[in-house]
Amino acid sequence: MCSTCGCSTVPDARKVAYRPALEETRAVPVLKKLLDRNDTVAAHNRAHFDAHGVLALDLMSAPGAGKTALLEATIDALRGELRMAVIEGDLETDNDARRIRAKGVPAVQITTGGACHLDAHMVHEALHELSLEGVDILFIENVGNLVCPAGFDLGQHRDVALLSVTEGDDKPAKYPVLFRAADVVVLSKSDLLWYVGDFEPSRAERCVRELANAAPVMTLSARSGAGMQAWLDWLRSALSVQRARTASHPSGIERPGASAPAAQPPA
Amino acid sequence: MHELALCQALIAQVETLAREHQARGVAGVRLLVGPLSGAEPALLQSAFPLAAAGTVLDGAVLVIDSAPVLVACASCGAESQTTPNRLVCGACGDWHTRVVSGDELTLASVELVLEPGRVTDGATREAGIHV
Repeated sequence: MCSTCGCSTVPDARKVAYRPALEETRAVPVLKKLLDRNDTVAAHNRAHFDAHGVLALDLMSAPGAGKTALLEATIDALRGELRMAVIEGDLETDNDARRIRAKGVPAVQITTGGACHLDAHMVHEALHELSLEGVDILFIENVGNLVCPAGFDLGQHRDVALLSVTEGDDKPAKYPVLFRAADVVVLSKSDLLWYVGDFEPSRAERCVRELANAAPVMTLSARSGAGMQAWLDWLRSALSVQRARTASHPSGIERPGASAPAAQPPA
Repeated sequence: MHELALCQALIAQVETLAREHQARGVAGVRLLVGPLSGAEPALLQSAFPLAAAGTVLDGAVLVIDSAPVLVACASCGAESQTTPNRLVCGACGDWHTRVVSGDELTLASVELVLEPGRVTDGATREAGIHV
């Protein structure tokens, strides 16, 4: 029996044997956001967008809610009025980027492999392959997922959440983190409302309000074009806000609205 | 399931901190994770040892504190506790509220293991996080 190192005195002996009898520890307070590094890169991305006067939007939804179809219809509707670019996020394939490029709009595909969301570093890498010269709006189409994309700031100015009518009108109550942060909620595939039967746009809107979110909720169909006008007007309005902001604070990197609640002292 | 990505971000942050303090190890990490953060404490606990393996955090204890979801009402001024998917005022029912607690995703503190002899003020104690 070894009597000097203590290796046989306790069941988990090796831990004791290879560790000094007394270790000195010190608790260091940090109080930093866990995603500090992501947020630093996101701020860098946002400064890059601002320097080019670009409005950056993060499109989030479940897979198959119609994000790419909405972009295709938007590109057709705003052709000749605004210049757009797209960053596409998917686990695999460049199908979506090819669909966008077929419309004559530059698109970079990020394939995340297994990752369920985009983060600021991935967007930063994609920006190296995408010129923002002359671009008015950059759409970042996130990986289809109602959970993880909400956790990562990419540097966007506004969050767009899509909810297709086939998914059910209570999705905002089931996925509160994502829908709470949305700056606009698009109820897509409204041409299918009649077939679905029990999707009530007013119920979906009530779920959004119960998340204390005042964002506009708009019902539209990219396929039929019904309701597209409200979406296009929202884009124009968000772009003019961004232009006014970058004209007065060309180097500003704060996300609009994001700092306002934090600036208020706790009640 | 982005908890592994969160743990990797956590480890990068703590590694930097450990280097700055010339620590030889990390005994424990304390997080504050609110229900509105989008991160699930149980999944963070299971992802943490995988992400920590082979790093200075190998074997460190992860402690996760939570915070209640609290909203302050813009209409009546009341502060009430509620659930993540119903952020309306508990007093008057208005949805014009502001979240004052519950969306935290914060690294609160780290227990660093220092070289023996670096702490000489009598504060020496057994390694381990004290909860």
